[in-house]
Amino acid sequence: MNTENLIHALVIDGSRPVVPIGRTLLRALGLAIIVAELSLFILHPRVDIVQALSTTPFAFKLLLMLALTATSAVVLVDTARPISAPHRRWVLILAPLLLSGGVIVELITVPPHAWTAQLIGHNAAHCLMFIPLLSVAPLACLLLALRGGAPAHPMLAAAAAGLQAAGVGATIYALTCPDDNPLFIAAWYSVAIAIVTATSAFIGRRLLRW
Amino acid sequence: MDQSLDGNAEPYQRLLVLLTVAVRNAVRSRVRFAGLDAEDVVQEVLLALHLKRSTWMRGTPVGPWVAAIARNKIVDALRRRGRRTEVPIESVLETLGFEEVSGQEQAHDLERALAKLNPRQREVVRAVSLEGHTAQEAAARLRMSEGAVRVTLHRSLKVLAGHVQCGAG
Repeated sequence: MNTENLIHALVIDGSRPVVPIGRTLLRALGLAIIVAELSLFILHPRVDIVQALSTTPFAFKLLLMLALTATSAVVLVDTARPISAPHRRWVLILAPLLLSGGVIVELITVPPHAWTAQLIGHNAAHCLMFIPLLSVAPLACLLLALRGGAPAHPMLAAAAAGLQAAGVGATIYALTCPDDNPLFIAAWYSVAIAIVTATSAFIGRRLLRW
Repeated sequence: MDQSLDGNAEPYQRLLVLLTVAVRNAVRSRVRFAGLDAEDVVQEVLLALHLKRSTWMRGTPVGPWVAAIARNKIVDALRRRGRRTEVPIESVLETLGFEEVSGQEQAHDLERALAKLNPRQREVVRAVSLEGHTAQEAAARLRMSEGAVRVTLHRSLKVLAGHVQCGAG
């Protein structure tokens, strides 16, 4: 096939407006949130959710997870492009920064002998299991959308997608989880989120090559 | 480029012709000594530019974006030849030249990849590329709806890009 013929085929295929990759990823995020919310029918939100919403630790927990999701969205869009754009990656430290602030406040207000109890919480094992589980469907949505991108570094883009999927999964899980204190979140949520991110990076290294 | 993304055929045609010349210059200088057919790589780059055009950000310069995609494909091609090579993006950007005009270069990888398509897909691709039909004409000739021709064409291009990538056999 000569190049002129190829160009003709490309022009015909290109006779439709293109959806920018950023918008595709946002739609995927929307879909991911809807899918993840469906699991609330099986995994009921905690019974005291209405009262909990007005307590500071619970609200702080939700804020943390939303911050994680939002900041990783910014980075994800950047990594989906062929030109690497590291200048906005710093936003990723926002969520950890917030969390460390929370942990410090907790360490000051809670007497040292109660620290271990706070750290271990009620159901650490649940947390480690459900956050990754709840992240599977969102991750699938995001990785599929990312296949339409052209990431300069596939593994990095996949990690960003994993982080965002974990953010969605953890937000949903947070609605059902009775542990609100920052120490618990720092110890267990972060491990669960790291698992999802690492898995995604591993999958994406091959899946997102173009 | 802006207009091309909106689906306007004529600007897109002009853009692709222009980019072909530019990419050909960049590819030739670094692929020939590796014993590769430059035009194969040029076609592969064009296909990638087309399929990934949603990743260009409106309002940003087109050059660096084209260079990034071209480099990725050149590195791929060289790697397939079993050579580990670093191709600095700046050097690709510099050699994106616009001097030369020619049209009839033949290449073979895509021809081979066509064999991986199913018969229907092959017919559609041939109709719009080799025979130069529009989507409408191709639809009439192959007794398909225009929408089906478009969908089939798009699928086929993705398959072609995938097959060239994994080494074309």
